[in-house]
Amino acid sequence: MSRELPLWEVFVRAKNGLSHRHVGSVHAADARMAIEGARDVYTRRLEGVSLWVVPSDAITASDPGEAASLFEPAEDKVYRHPTFYVVPDNIKHI
Amino acid sequence: MYVQEVKTASLGDRPVPVVVEDPARLAAFEARVAADEFVEPKDWMPEAYRKTLIRQISQHAHSEIVGMLPEGNWIGRAPTLRRKAILLAKVQDEAGHGLYLYCAAETLGVSRDQMTQALLAGKAKYSTIFNYPTLTWADMGTIGWLVDGAAIMNQVPLQRTSYGPYARAMVRVCKEESFHQRQGYEAVMVLAAGTPEQKAMAQDALDRWWWPSLMMFGPPDDQSPNSAQSMRWRIKRDTNDELRQKFVDITVPQAEALGLKIPDPDLRWNEEKGGYDFGTPDWDEFFAVVSGEGPMAHERLTARREAWDNGAWVRDAAMAHADKRTARVAA
Ligand SMILES: [Fe+2]
Ligand SMILES: [Fe+2]
Repeated sequence: MSRELPLWEVFVRAKNGLSHRHVGSVHAADARMAIEGARDVYTRRLEGVSLWVVPSDAITASDPGEAASLFEPAEDKVYRHPTFYVVPDNIKHI
Repeated sequence: MYVQEVKTASLGDRPVPVVVEDPARLAAFEARVAADEFVEPKDWMPEAYRKTLIRQISQHAHSEIVGMLPEGNWIGRAPTLRRKAILLAKVQDEAGHGLYLYCAAETLGVSRDQMTQALLAGKAKYSTIFNYPTLTWADMGTIGWLVDGAAIMNQVPLQRTSYGPYARAMVRVCKEESFHQRQGYEAVMVLAAGTPEQKAMAQDALDRWWWPSLMMFGPPDDQSPNSAQSMRWRIKRDTNDELRQKFVDITVPQAEALGLKIPDPDLRWNEEKGGYDFGTPDWDEFFAVVSGEGPMAHERLTARREAWDNGAWVRDAAMAHADKRTARVAA
């Protein structure tokens, strides 16, 4: 059997002013064909105005096993949020 | 458009036992799922969960792809340009559904080519509904109305299925299915309000598709051994019989509005349960069709194999071209 066509992750910008968002993947021989495939698969109903395709193997993901050490330290740092600070009601525009 | 995971063709099968997993991890996983948390691709999951999902999602994907054939068969014969454009768009959507689902399955560690080869080798299942022939134009309307209608009923709860990529694929699919069902109902409406011959054609299509549509929800709950596990893992959110009942309850008034008769002598309103009582589908036929004995099973697989084989040179040429360009850039 022939080689499997490479996998590309697809990102769509729904409209200008918004970021591209991951929507899924397509198989294609090269970037140009991945864009064309992604256009047919993910934007048949005006879902976007711009596409990104990225070779799937170029993405490095964080390890869910490290999620605790990566993200939980933020939990006890409430002082990073504005609501942590008490300001009297009569002080405006702050 | 098919989500009823079929383990094997026989009724007597035992549920798949949960393979021995680290009990602490397993308990943590089950608690997460029970709390309606989503599981994402790189998260730890029990092997049986992974296997069940791969089987269910790939069967679902195959069904979308094979499901293009009975309708694609009528694109060239649609009665008007309007109907032709609609049917083309619908069939293209089904291709899209297949691709959303294949890509969800791929996040579980199975490759696209493995899934394709399993289908072409006749080792993978797809919905029994697509092994019935589409004999008249009325079948196009009736499939949209009933088959896509049953698919919606199955797929809506799956938008909250526990595996994130599957749930997200279902959200996209559900957005598109409503068009499929409405265009179908509208096409049947036109026939039902047409000449006596057209109305007879619509009735004939309903007669042939009614029971296969009810079978799309899978075997009765007491003969569906994997259901309990799948419900526990939130892979499945409603039982086969619950969904079938819901489908009958909403579809009967739609048929009445068309002036068409549901081909079931046992169908009657049950005031007490607030739903219809209805007859039993021919489950022997269902299991025969699941195991590849449907009238069209051979033709469907042959069509898929030819499409794959005839496209091989295109895939090879595209890869050769990409390789050449990469080499040129490197040089
Ligand atoms: Fe579909
Ligand atoms: Fe559909």
